[in-house]
Amino acid sequence: MTSVLYDAPGPRAKRRNVLFSVVFFVLLALLLWWIWQTMDEKNQLEWALWKPFTTSEAWTTYLLPGLADTLKAAALSMVIALPLGAVLGIARMSDHRWVRIPSGAVVEFFRAIPVLLLMLFANEFYVRSTGIPSDERPLYAVVTGLVLYNASVLAEIVRAGILSLPKGQSEAAMAIGLRKSQTMSSILLPQAVTAMLPAIVSQLVVIVKDTALGGVMLGFTELLNTRSTLAANYANVIPSFIVVAVIFIILNFILTSFASWLERRLRRSKRSTGAVLGADKVDDVNAAEVGGTYGTGAGGSI
Amino acid sequence: MFDFLSDYDNPTLLGAFWVTVQLTVFSAVGSLIWGTLLAAMRVSPVPLMRGFGTAYVNLVRNIPLTVIIVFTSLGLANIFGVTMGTEDLKDRAFRLAVLGLVAYTAAFVCEAIRSGINTVPVGQAEAARAIGLSFSQVLRLVVLPQAFRSVIGPLANVLIALTKNTTVAAAIGVAEAALLMKEMIENEAQTLLIGAIFAFGFVVLTLPTGLFLGWLSKRLAVKR
Repeated sequence: MTSVLYDAPGPRAKRRNVLFSVVFFVLLALLLWWIWQTMDEKNQLEWALWKPFTTSEAWTTYLLPGLADTLKAAALSMVIALPLGAVLGIARMSDHRWVRIPSGAVVEFFRAIPVLLLMLFANEFYVRSTGIPSDERPLYAVVTGLVLYNASVLAEIVRAGILSLPKGQSEAAMAIGLRKSQTMSSILLPQAVTAMLPAIVSQLVVIVKDTALGGVMLGFTELLNTRSTLAANYANVIPSFIVVAVIFIILNFILTSFASWLERRLRRSKRSTGAVLGADKVDDVNAAEVGGTYGTGAGGSI
Repeated sequence: MFDFLSDYDNPTLLGAFWVTVQLTVFSAVGSLIWGTLLAAMRVSPVPLMRGFGTAYVNLVRNIPLTVIIVFTSLGLANIFGVTMGTEDLKDRAFRLAVLGLVAYTAAFVCEAIRSGINTVPVGQAEAARAIGLSFSQVLRLVVLPQAFRSVIGPLANVLIALTKNTTVAAAIGVAEAALLMKEMIENEAQTLLIGAIFAFGFVVLTLPTGLFLGWLSKRLAVKR
């Protein structure tokens, strides 16, 4: 393997690599053995603790309803945040200062605030000012928090998507006499949406992960929350954490794989402009082309 | 209007934000160290190390931070008896939160650093070797200076996200800003005012960091 850091290995380097491999393997094996040993010592490996996961009851009573709520909150947030984000993103590029500045302020403000604060605030707001029944309130609060934060992140993705298009696209549209709104809606936006798709799918991972906040702080019955009911019932804290973590990993892994598959496919297709925004590209675009902003870990990141 | 603030003295408003800052600083230092080690593994010529690095990053990145933080408290502390070297419950929660934040954030730090190394074209190293520089000279004079300068931006994003993520520590009872806000907002009538105070606090914490590091990364960027 040749990289910036290493040349193709010669005989000595090959021997050294083998030595490193062996040492690292031993260390890793020791670590795993130690974890196994500790688990055994604390009786976490007993079959009785893992057995519930082979029965349908644990899944139908606890895990699947929790997963359903997680997905419901994530899907709702995405569906609401996307149009809102598109509007904010386009408004931020407006020629009119009185549209551009307020929407810019909104986007920067909600990106700077932790989602948890938004959720807590929304929850309390719904308690005092609306008649939403208390069993539905956590869902509303979680979705509100996620929408406010992710709409502003998506606004940045939309803006980055539009800025990533070749300048000739809007120049040609102007040359054939399209109005600004026509240029945006029939030339720029369709291309930008295609370019943004991978970044948008990656943003779903962030949303799925953030739903877990509502489970601990607001009593929203998502996966992490139903895990604690499950663990209280079967007294299997460690196994329940491992199973829930694995579910999240699989779910998010499917989403990230889908995003990168989409990115590859879009890059290949002949009809696109070649501008594709991967999850990791959004912040680069922000830094390079979108002056005066700072990324807050949009897309793929935290 | 701000009278109610004097009712809260354990912690005070500033005290809670001070805990947030401490969480951020300790986790930032820890995750920078662990993340750099992970990045070194991911770009190393040893396949096993690369595999471990890749597996760690991909697994940890896909688990919600909340799950990790709650696990440190319910799993590590309660079941495995990890006390983090202190009997004091408050200190223990704080250290467990730092542990969780480091484990999670390191995955993102690793990716940022690795992407920085990847931005350096292979031709640079080849040219450096061609004029007879040794491995350490290539690394010191050619590769690392370019790599470090290109990761300031991504690392700034990670730092800002980390600052906001410290609020998750409220889930295991660390007395930081989010926990105090939850308490205040439930007890006091001025929901909007309290929300604005805490929002302002976080804007104050993240905005200067973002602007400064963003300016720095633009200034130091290697133009290609």
